[in-house]
Amino acid sequence: MKNTIAERIQDFLKEFPPFSMLEKDELLMISGQIRVMYLEKGTYVFEQDQSCHDEFYIVREGAIGLYRTTKNDQDLVDICDSGDLFGLRIMIIKKDYRMSAKADEESIVYAIPSSIFKPVIDENREVNKFLLETFAAHARNYYTETEKGDRIDNTISIDTAKDLSTLRTISYRKKPLFCQPTSIVKDVALQMNTHKVNSIVVVDENKYPLGIITDSDLRAKIATGLFSSGSVVTEIMTTPVKTYSKKLTIAEAQIALIKNSISHLCITKDGTRNSKLVGVFSNHDLLVSFGNNPSVLIKEIKRVKKIQRLRYIRKQVQKLLETYLEQDIPTMHILNLISEINDALVVRTIEISLKEMPSPPPVKFSFLVLGSQGRREQLLITDQDNAIVFEDVRKEDYELTKNYFLELARQITKGLHTIGFEYCPAEMMASNARWCMSLSEWETQFKGWMTSSTEESTLLSSIFFDFQLVYGDSDMVNQLSNVVFDGVNKSNRFLALLGVNALQKPSPLGFFKQFLVEQNGEHKDTFDIKTRAMMVLIDSARILALYHNLKGINNTLLRYETLAELEPNNKELFESCAKAFRVLLKFRTRQGLIHKDSGRFIKLNTLSKKDKLKLKRCFKPIKDIQELLGVRFQLKTFM
Amino acid sequence: MSLWSRKRDKEFPDFWKDYLSLFNNNYQKSPIESVRFVAFDTETTGFDYLDDRILSIGAVAINRLAIDVPDQLELYLEQDVFNSDTVEIHGIRRNNNFKVVSESEAIESFLKYIGNSILIAHHADFDRRMINKALQRQGLGELKNKFLDTGSLFGKTKHPVYRSYRKHTHYSLDELCDDLKISKSDRHTASGDAFITALAFLKIIVKLKIDKIDSVSILF
Repeated sequence: MKNTIAERIQDFLKEFPPFSMLEKDELLMISGQIRVMYLEKGTYVFEQDQSCHDEFYIVREGAIGLYRTTKNDQDLVDICDSGDLFGLRIMIIKKDYRMSAKADEESIVYAIPSSIFKPVIDENREVNKFLLETFAAHARNYYTETEKGDRIDNTISIDTAKDLSTLRTISYRKKPLFCQPTSIVKDVALQMNTHKVNSIVVVDENKYPLGIITDSDLRAKIATGLFSSGSVVTEIMTTPVKTYSKKLTIAEAQIALIKNSISHLCITKDGTRNSKLVGVFSNHDLLVSFGNNPSVLIKEIKRVKKIQRLRYIRKQVQKLLETYLEQDIPTMHILNLISEINDALVVRTIEISLKEMPSPPPVKFSFLVLGSQGRREQLLITDQDNAIVFEDVRKEDYELTKNYFLELARQITKGLHTIGFEYCPAEMMASNARWCMSLSEWETQFKGWMTSSTEESTLLSSIFFDFQLVYGDSDMVNQLSNVVFDGVNKSNRFLALLGVNALQKPSPLGFFKQFLVEQNGEHKDTFDIKTRAMMVLIDSARILALYHNLKGINNTLLRYETLAELEPNNKELFESCAKAFRVLLKFRTRQGLIHKDSGRFIKLNTLSKKDKLKLKRCFKPIKDIQELLGVRFQLKTFM
Repeated sequence: MSLWSRKRDKEFPDFWKDYLSLFNNNYQKSPIESVRFVAFDTETTGFDYLDDRILSIGAVAINRLAIDVPDQLELYLEQDVFNSDTVEIHGIRRNNNFKVVSESEAIESFLKYIGNSILIAHHADFDRRMINKALQRQGLGELKNKFLDTGSLFGKTKHPVYRSYRKHTHYSLDELCDDLKISKSDRHTASGDAFITALAFLKIIVKLKIDKIDSVSILF
């Protein structure tokens, strides 16, 4: 019997794994058995803690968000778009849903009955593997949320699940602690404590595993007084243990842990209980094997073919950032990592945009990022500031060349916007004809800024002089920075003008040592941490870097560190500036993550006393550096 | 009249009697999510109720407010009347290589399939008349099912002001697809149009802010 609808569904499904792995007839049969659901934005396909539906899902159109609800929060775990599977739990453990699936935009979803797909899984090893992988990729997120509140988010994508090679075999603890069945709990606990491990395996005379004692056993059975610490281990051990061979893959290990809701697996020689213990694989090992590795993200970025996917990765980066901040990883290190990722995102966007252009670029060009991204200080995703420099061409070719790069820039900025870098409200983007110019035009522009003294020229130069090449030709960029430093060397007047600008930034504190809040506008009664605190530090660092001819150092922290070396008598001040900047940057980033914005405007009433003190401590160096600038460039005469 | 009717009654086939018996229950109060809808479309040799014939019928059910692909019907009919002008549009040729059935077989399958479900079609009047003509040719009565027309339902989603601007109140299926962002990949096959009509229905319901627990009567 002809079945047009099933055929159309098959046409779609066959493009996506695991359906792409099936024979045509089999797939047509499955296609004839699905349900097509239409979901308006905000509707749930299923909700957390609901019992599993007897079907799983593939997104046909739109986007389904997977959310994990904790006490008061709803965390986005993953976004499934066209071709992504979700709700696979039914195929694997048939327990209640651990996440909610909600339409993030209007969506069409195909529901595939589990009963139809079961036989396929049983027969087709490839499909089986794929589903385990996908499930593991989704499950990973909630799974890594341990009781202690540790959180390592690592859901990247189905593709990356493979990239992370969860199919690789586990690396387990090869010398597990073990003890005899006659051992006393207290001794065993002491042993665990000395070795700083959270489990010990009870083995018989052949070293076959009998049971396991973990931290949670000690907590639940000894600390509660249920058993005394003088008990024999067999009284409190968990038995029997789950045993596996060392050929277990990471994905399989993860499923095994989830399925049995246990925290440890015993690895034995042949994988059975009647075989020698060779190791232990725990929750923790699982986390380690996922590796919270930014290089994985960068690798993923380089492989991505669609801008949409980059957007998704950028969201993952945000989570990575949260984790880093929680773990108090050094700011400089975080800055480097995030900048690296941001650069990779921009580069990939440019590469994709270039592919979409009808022809390759007519001449060499450089794509520059400016402002905070140029200074490599952009932790939160903010506006995009960028520019294009292209090689000088013959007059008659100029129009065509410029138009080419403007079109390219439009593609790029659009792509960046999709990823989440908002358009710059001031149009400081390469797609603006003003900021997409030939090398000699840029030189003229830079010289112009340095000799004029309008407010606009100081503002623009402070943004454009922190440029950083991310893609293209580096010679032209070097030439441009030479223009800047030559200009500075010829006269200090330009620096003085920049200095005045830095000094005019209002002080963060008022007469009564109160925070100065914004008087009006959208951000009334908030504290503008960027303008009032960070900008002064940034501007001062830039002026002093120009003063010392520090080429190629754009980062504010690096600038202060270098300045401290160059001017030992001001070492303390520069170091305190660097420290203040670090604190402010972290502070702003945290605020931004909490409020899901740029973190720039801080509501004072949401700050704790401790936070306020912390902020105030940063203001002293701001005042000091302003004074230093004032003296050095005799700014009083300008003001 | 009664004598005539009784005589005819005897001749009615069982499937027709079964069909009629389904309409004793009134499900007007049932929540929408519990009701079976059947979206269908007929492709015909032309637009003349008398002379033209049904080439194919495509239908798909909506159960629990989702398109239930296994619950579908796709019929191709044997042709005596054949209008070569419309063949181009529909891509159905006489004696095509897939299975064809006689009109009477088609009618029987169709009635068994639809039962007392609410029927949904785009410009439903046309499809209803074509089916009724076929029923008449088989010596049977007219369809008893409730009908919904996606064309007029869609009109309800438009603001009254907009409606008053429009010269005509008919929305073509193509217009519907554009407005509701439905892919038009399978236009002009009966099953393809039936599927599109079903999807349009689901989208329109959302637009009209109708809840799955509202009673069916709200649609009429």
